[in-house]
Amino acid sequence: MRFYEYESKQLFAKRGIPLPKGSQVARTAHEAQRIASDIGGAVVLKSQVLSGGRMKAGGVLFADDEEEAESAARLILDLEINGQRPRGVLVESRQPVAQEYYLGITWDGIAKRPVMIFSDMGGIDIEEVAEKYPEHVAKRHFSNLLPFSDHKAKELIAAVGVQGSDLNRLTRIAAPLAHLFQEYGLTLAEINPIARLEDGSFVALDGHVDMEAEVRGEHRALLEELGIGEDETRQARPPTSFELAGKRINDVDHRGVAGNVTEFDGTLGLIIGAGGGSLTLFDAVRNHGGHPANYCEIGGNPSVSKVCELTKLILAKPGVEKIAVMMNVVSNTRVDLVARGVIKGVLESGEDPGERIAIFRIPGSWETDGFKILDKYGVEYCDRAVSMYEAAGRAVAKMQSA
Amino acid sequence: MSILITRNTTVIIQGITGREAVTMTREGLDYGTRIIGGVTPGRGGREVHGVPVYDTVEAISSKSRVDASVVSVPPAFTRDAVFEAIEAGVKLIVVVTENIPRGQVAQMVELADQRGARIIGPNCLGVLSPGEAKVGGLGGRAEDARKAFTKGVVGVMSRSGGMTTEICNTLTAAGLGQSTAVSIGGDAIIGQAYAELMPLFEADPQTQAIAIYSEPGGRMEADLARWKVENDSRLPVVAFMAGRFMDEMPGMRFGHAGTIVEGKADTTVEKIERLNEAGIAVAERIEDIPALIEQQLATAG
Amino acid sequence: MAIFIRIDVDGALAADAGAARQLCEVCPVDIFSTPDGGALEIVDDNVDECTLCELCLQVGKPGQVSIVKLYDDDAVLQRT
Repeated sequence: MRFYEYESKQLFAKRGIPLPKGSQVARTAHEAQRIASDIGGAVVLKSQVLSGGRMKAGGVLFADDEEEAESAARLILDLEINGQRPRGVLVESRQPVAQEYYLGITWDGIAKRPVMIFSDMGGIDIEEVAEKYPEHVAKRHFSNLLPFSDHKAKELIAAVGVQGSDLNRLTRIAAPLAHLFQEYGLTLAEINPIARLEDGSFVALDGHVDMEAEVRGEHRALLEELGIGEDETRQARPPTSFELAGKRINDVDHRGVAGNVTEFDGTLGLIIGAGGGSLTLFDAVRNHGGHPANYCEIGGNPSVSKVCELTKLILAKPGVEKIAVMMNVVSNTRVDLVARGVIKGVLESGEDPGERIAIFRIPGSWETDGFKILDKYGVEYCDRAVSMYEAAGRAVAKMQSA
Repeated sequence: MSILITRNTTVIIQGITGREAVTMTREGLDYGTRIIGGVTPGRGGREVHGVPVYDTVEAISSKSRVDASVVSVPPAFTRDAVFEAIEAGVKLIVVVTENIPRGQVAQMVELADQRGARIIGPNCLGVLSPGEAKVGGLGGRAEDARKAFTKGVVGVMSRSGGMTTEICNTLTAAGLGQSTAVSIGGDAIIGQAYAELMPLFEADPQTQAIAIYSEPGGRMEADLARWKVENDSRLPVVAFMAGRFMDEMPGMRFGHAGTIVEGKADTTVEKIERLNEAGIAVAERIEDIPALIEQQLATAG
Repeated sequence: MAIFIRIDVDGALAADAGAARQLCEVCPVDIFSTPDGGALEIVDDNVDECTLCELCLQVGKPGQVSIVKLYDDDAVLQRT
């Protein structure tokens, strides 16, 4: 879950990481003008969207006084960037920069440790710097069992040749960032760039913070303080009402999963699972030239009512002609309970299961009972002798002949 | 031989009185696994399918040898349960629980590294050595597990629990048995990724080939490719790559917690390239895996 | 309306408060209830959630509780 720049900076401030003077978010041009007047002098105005490339898109503007700030804010607040309306405009003091640095902390899945990365070439893409100027990038893993110790940050920063009081000042930014990373279960904490101003002081010019969904409950107080709502998934795009309805169905009870619904614009509704099976089946449907209406995951033996409600939701989606119910060979999720759920869902939608269900391919646990249910309602099904790929092909073929 | 577990492995189940753990206990016993005890704090003295329940791991480990533990407790209690098993000297810990924060997983793995223990998972279904034992829910009921998993020469590793069974079932149908199947877990950080289990398969005379299931996100496929080349592995590897559609949808999370495309290296296209460079064949469909393995075995032998 | 499963409970057993309480306890999907601690009721909304665990069949005498699979020619499950 990505934080907006202004939220990232509010987090940085909690541990005393220095920010540019002012640094407040405005929701209206008038508010931006007031903030600029409080700061006095030159300011920078930055669109608050969860997307890169703001500068190029015209989402970052400079102003010399409060009147200019007002009109710049008006432009930014009206500007959509990569399909996103800005959440607001961040207004900060603009001061002359002597040098820019990069500082980031993320997880290394291979080392299974947090890794801190530092470069004295900030402001540009760090992967690019690492490729072209490896001697300007240093990395250090650190323990997640021991409390973070400043010397780790110092070693890292010194490794690219930073010395003297700069070394100490940068350490006093890097160490608190590591503390924040550990305290709030972050998956990314990045300051790019850190600027050394002409007066020798350092400030965090831009920030990017990601938090994983798993720790949201633990940090509810922080999220509330930052004004991040429960429904804000902060994925690459905001959830659709169809997706939110899917989430509500899954949250009704804790028996299994019938969720992670993602909307697509096709005609074949999918009830698929589980995690890996869904990825495999979605690829298979597309490979056969099919047009999925949705992605979803069922697994962990969901209740009959959850599967029933999910079926109704998908059938009610405009454009959906048929649904395909497919999973890998199941051992925990029960074939009979899924069969009951989808058939009930189709019936409660006032439709004929034999007509609406293109194919049912879930072999495994309790399949004998499951197949009896499917027989009774005239639903076409197959057992493990038919591969996932083949089953997806049959569903797509039915759509094309219909 | 198999890797990680045999019929002689002594197993305990932490959280044994929970809904899923009760089922897992029954299935494991039916399969022939030596489940010698279970732990649920405050429930000591009871039995689950004839397996005695204790309040602590130490209560068991002080009396008997405990080779492996399955941890099936809610996310908020998982780190504590894993630490408890490590400190009691258990060397193989299978963590079934899903939705554990990354920072906590890293702490478990770090402590395990220090104490010479091995963590499988989290967010996995466990380990199954056909004809020997099954530790965790992998394969489900004993009769279902015997249908899908058969003894043979292929080592299987999968980031998806369900697809572990699907792949083994496909291998079995083609007459290829398995030495050991490991559901390694779907999270971004897991105790044992492909490259960490490869030395075990490499040293296992029963294993003649490897099949893996992989997904977008992370670098563990690239790390497997690196390991295979650096160690001049004797084992041919065949991979299946799911989630190819995700390449077009960066930043979206599908499937498992570890499955997200955040950079170029996370994409399936890039991963397939890395695997191919190391001589690892990538199957287009699950049902193509057996033939690719046969081909590689024929070339090797 | 349940369409896959029907649960039949013998009248005498349903009237037995102890047995009714036992039924409520053993069912993992809450098919039985005793509103106001009184007579046994079958919760229709939950009947199709039945996992065929057969724990309810152990309550009372054999045959006093039965599970009917409506999708399998009304096949009856009873304790024998």
